[in-house]
Amino acid sequence: MNDAALRWRRPPMIANPWWRAALWLGVGGYLIAAVGSLEINWQRIVAGMPRALEFVQAMAAPDFVSRADQIIDGVLESLTMTLVATVAGFVLSVPVALGAARNLAPAPVYLFCRAIIAVSRSFQEIIIAILFVAMLGFGPLAGVVTLAFASIGFIAKLAAEDIEAMDTRPLEAIRATGGSWAQVIHWAVKPQVMPRLAGITLYRLDINFRESAIIGIVGAGGIGATLNTAFDRYEFDTAAAILLIIIIIVLMAEYLSGMLRARLR
Amino acid sequence: MAVFTRDGELTWRRRDRREALQRWMASFAFVTLLLLCWQVIAERTLWDFVLDAPAQGADLVGRMIPPDLPYLQRLWRPLWDTFNMATLGTLIAIVFATPLAFLAARNTTPRFPLIRPIALLIIVASRSINSLIWALLLVLILGPGVLAGVIAIALRSIGFIGKLLYEAIEEIDTRSVEAITATGASPGQLRAYAVVPQIMPAFAGISVYRWDINIREATVLGLVGAGGLGLELMASVNTLAWGRVSTLFLLILATVLISEWVSARLRAAVT
Repeated sequence: MNDAALRWRRPPMIANPWWRAALWLGVGGYLIAAVGSLEINWQRIVAGMPRALEFVQAMAAPDFVSRADQIIDGVLESLTMTLVATVAGFVLSVPVALGAARNLAPAPVYLFCRAIIAVSRSFQEIIIAILFVAMLGFGPLAGVVTLAFASIGFIAKLAAEDIEAMDTRPLEAIRATGGSWAQVIHWAVKPQVMPRLAGITLYRLDINFRESAIIGIVGAGGIGATLNTAFDRYEFDTAAAILLIIIIIVLMAEYLSGMLRARLR
Repeated sequence: MAVFTRDGELTWRRRDRREALQRWMASFAFVTLLLLCWQVIAERTLWDFVLDAPAQGADLVGRMIPPDLPYLQRLWRPLWDTFNMATLGTLIAIVFATPLAFLAARNTTPRFPLIRPIALLIIVASRSINSLIWALLLVLILGPGVLAGVIAIALRSIGFIGKLLYEAIEEIDTRSVEAITATGASPGQLRAYAVVPQIMPAFAGISVYRWDINIREATVLGLVGAGGLGLELMASVNTLAWGRVSTLFLLILATVLISEWVSARLRAAVT
């Protein structure tokens, strides 16, 4: 036996060589089919290149000034929408979370609350926004309702999981003293869940701002509407300014909510 | 916690006076801010429309039922496009995010100034901008179509995968790194035998998770012209074909649930 035959080789991820070959063939076949169906229009892309260049230049020299009023207005609207929607979402999600915790709620209530959570989580904010804009008309109120509705699923799901995982001994202790259901919630559940619930809500605040920047595309108010208008007018320098503002606010919100969450822990 | 003497009797209270006052002031400030915010929104709302909302909503639901099921036959191609946008976008993002993560992780970044901050900046910029906004921009540059969607998904996912992956790289067990270094391995070998095997499960989990999110996002990218189911959705909403809209909702719901199930199964298999 020579040295080459004894060389160690890493074992492959999939032991069976046939499966490996089939997997590669499948992946290759899919890629060819998928890329083939892209319908790339090279002429349009070449025609669009000057715009790409224009956008890169605009990023280097963003224009905060010429549409300053609209930008300030949009940012203010986004921020107010975010705050109101998060608070509304929090208030609405507390009962849903209590109902969706298997250790507190009877089966029918549990199923009902879980259904609310499932519906709220399955659809993207922008789809919900389309419906609420159709119902409530254009403007920030549709955005607030959208974000609040989306927050319910998020906050209630995480909070319910937390309630289900909590220590049951304080619960039993309060029940043993003859505490009513409300007293059990207040003295046994709330102290255990509150820090994490606050953390989840702060996290959602952060997400709601990000989402408030896009639901304006379908008419639900906020900075997204301003951004969409800027793109429609091909004002890349204004659009670049708005994008930079969004990035900065997102980073600040993330930093702040991270800091607050670390303190709550 | 505080104990007071009131009417010659010891009384327990949860907070002492100063703490209670501080909490009250904080709550007051918060409620004031909230009301101010609400005022901004209320000013910009046409309340006539809102009063009309229950009727509008009932009307909407009435038009959505029954869903226009024959319309499903025309949705297979947009569904395939949506799937491709998510999958190809995720693959492109993986290709770019993996080297980026190695450049951004504190323990694998090359000893060269500025590389790590630049890598982190790219990750942050990509992550802060929603794929819909990327699509908005790319549709202007590349023209409407699936390609703009693929790239929009990729641009957003690079930051997501890059961030989670570089955090995973920073958390690896240093002992195996030291062991491989002690055998005299080159930096390339170190990466291949000490770092990569440790982050492989995290890498697979992150990629599949992002793919699942991307399927969701790809269903709506068409709203700004980037192809897939969203394009049909926009067309149906604009023509007030609510029966078609509800069909699309059902299809999107099914797609999202299936991709979530697939992703959960795959992630459970990996870890």
